[in-house]
Amino acid sequence: MSRGAYRSRKNRRLALILGGLAFLGAAAALVLTAFEDSVVFFFSPTDLADRQLAPGQRIRVGGLVEAGSVARGPGDGEIHFQVTDGTTTLPIRFVGVLPDLFREGQGVVAQGSLAGGTFEAEEVLAKHDETYMPPEVADALKRQGHWQPDGAPKGGGS
Amino acid sequence: MHRFANPTRFLRLANAVLPWLGAAAVLLLGVGLWMALLRSPADYQQGETVRIMYVHVPAAWLAMAVYSTLAIASAAFLIWKHPLADLAARAASPIGAAFTVVALATGALWGQPMWGTWWVWDARLTSVLVLLFLYLGHIALTNAFDDPERGGRAGAVLALVGVVNLPIIKFSVDWWNTLHQPASVLRMGGSTIDPAMLTPLFVMAGGYVAVFAVALILRIRALYAERRLRQLRLSLPDA
Repeated sequence: MSRGAYRSRKNRRLALILGGLAFLGAAAALVLTAFEDSVVFFFSPTDLADRQLAPGQRIRVGGLVEAGSVARGPGDGEIHFQVTDGTTTLPIRFVGVLPDLFREGQGVVAQGSLAGGTFEAEEVLAKHDETYMPPEVADALKRQGHWQPDGAPKGGGS
Repeated sequence: MHRFANPTRFLRLANAVLPWLGAAAVLLLGVGLWMALLRSPADYQQGETVRIMYVHVPAAWLAMAVYSTLAIASAAFLIWKHPLADLAARAASPIGAAFTVVALATGALWGQPMWGTWWVWDARLTSVLVLLFLYLGHIALTNAFDDPERGGRAGAVLALVGVVNLPIIKFSVDWWNTLHQPASVLRMGGSTIDPAMLTPLFVMAGGYVAVFAVALILRIRALYAERRLRQLRLSLPDA
């Protein structure tokens, strides 16, 4: 076998692999785009308002807990709060124990169904953001006025 | 690169660097754990629980880096038919599976106190579980044939098909709503982790890389010896 033939067989195999990967990537992209509704873990309050939900249909909704909206009662362990995505706000009622990270201004994901205008949550999960810092740094940022309130979308985003 | 496709030459080099890699692994993990568990600050939101990050995040990085290694070795085996590339791929997949298990387990332990759940079927967690199944499938498939050459080829094709999952894991948190938070380190606009926490994280990641390198060399060495033994046994007249 000549060196040239040897090389061209390698090149053919390389091209086959690269071509195969390109096709596979395209197929995966198409499938994931087509099934986007099942891939997303939760919908925003705006998404929820846009789609017609059957009463009692179970769904997850996520957003930031609006500052000052958390109220306890009247029932035992009953909590009312509002979740917002910046455009739409959705009132949520939940009976149970909230995760430690549940805070006003922080992200949450609630699973449940719409009843009237209120979302009846069976489960509330806390979502934390991608920033990590010591408490002293957070305090210093707040003092210097560089603090971005958690409710606001982070720089450039939204 | 092709120079090191010769197993004898590769093993001579690997044996020379092995003690250094071992020392680096012990040193980096020792210093890393000391910094991560004792010297680094608690988080303003998560408190002390944030320390799980130093074990979890490098394991998740390595789970993906090892898969890249596996895929590159598999492509090299399919294209150039280097036997050493086959050995490297076979050596890498159980190590990658171990890192993936560590990432999933520590993630569950972190998710329970912070999110309020051990597991959810969001895009990030599910795609990492798929990564574990790809590793397990690769281990099973490469060993499913009597002829190691055929097993190696089948495994290599599976490994390359699974490469599609890597960008899905990485960008799952950007493309879809997930419970898992977006990237903190490898993102546009720089890291969102305070330097006091980022340093121990990188030291730990260095330690994990050294552990991977040591485990990979030891496994390639063992697989090579096994392959030689098999060839010797097959060449015996009365076998």
